[in-house]
Amino acid sequence: MEGALIADEVRVPIDSDVDIVTARQKGREMAGHCGFPSTELAVIATAISELARNIVRYAIRGEIVVRQIGKDNGKPGIEVIASDDGPGIPDLTLALQDGYSTSGSLGLGLPGVRRLMDEFDIASEFGRGTIVTVRKWKR
Amino acid sequence: MQVPILKQGPYLIAMVQSALTDEDLKQLRDTLVDQISHVRARGVIVDVTALDVIDSFATRTLRDIAHMIRLRGAETVIVGIQPEVAFSMVKLGLTLEGVATSLDLEEGLAYLDRSLRGTVADGRRAHR
Repeated sequence: MEGALIADEVRVPIDSDVDIVTARQKGREMAGHCGFPSTELAVIATAISELARNIVRYAIRGEIVVRQIGKDNGKPGIEVIASDDGPGIPDLTLALQDGYSTSGSLGLGLPGVRRLMDEFDIASEFGRGTIVTVRKWKR
Repeated sequence: MQVPILKQGPYLIAMVQSALTDEDLKQLRDTLVDQISHVRARGVIVDVTALDVIDSFATRTLRDIAHMIRLRGAETVIVGIQPEVAFSMVKLGLTLEGVATSLDLEEGLAYLDRSLRGTVADGRRAHR
């Protein structure tokens, strides 16, 4: 992903299902300040919801950071970083396939989030944790 | 956040007022599946107009509600899914297959009226 300047950020610790709602509301709020239209606000909030859900489901606890970012050309955007110190994902290629899940859920989490956002990056170390970074740029 | 459930004629109407946690959604499911027999309801409407996000868990729970209510002998219709919510759901790959949806409460009531007339005419509910 390209480098970006950080203008503002909000951090939400993710510990239970209540935090999923808090994270997506804070994220939506920040994207609103950034000037995203309502369709995009719903898209960003939904992506945050899924990322926070993965933390609660697989890692028990972690954190969602939502940042207002800007490209070198001044174009504003939103960056969401979902990190946890959970078990990590043993096979990333598999986890990014549509329909794959280890918890018997719908298994649409990561590929779906990738479709919702403009940029998607994941780093995971087995036994150490996972960091998912996604971005959406204002059109 | 508890979801108020109103009884209107043969129907139960669950009016979602604000964002729901997973626990709230599960509670709504359990309450509806339980309440249906207490009030002998023939149909259930879940109004989700107030929801700004319907993610994978919410979708699955709404689908579970509709299927469980059907097993209990009544019909469910989900009403008021907002355009941007529908957009996000489709992008995420979520569907409500096998679940009736309507534009709003009025359309939902009309849908239940029609489907109830249909089943009565079939005689499938004659021995209730």
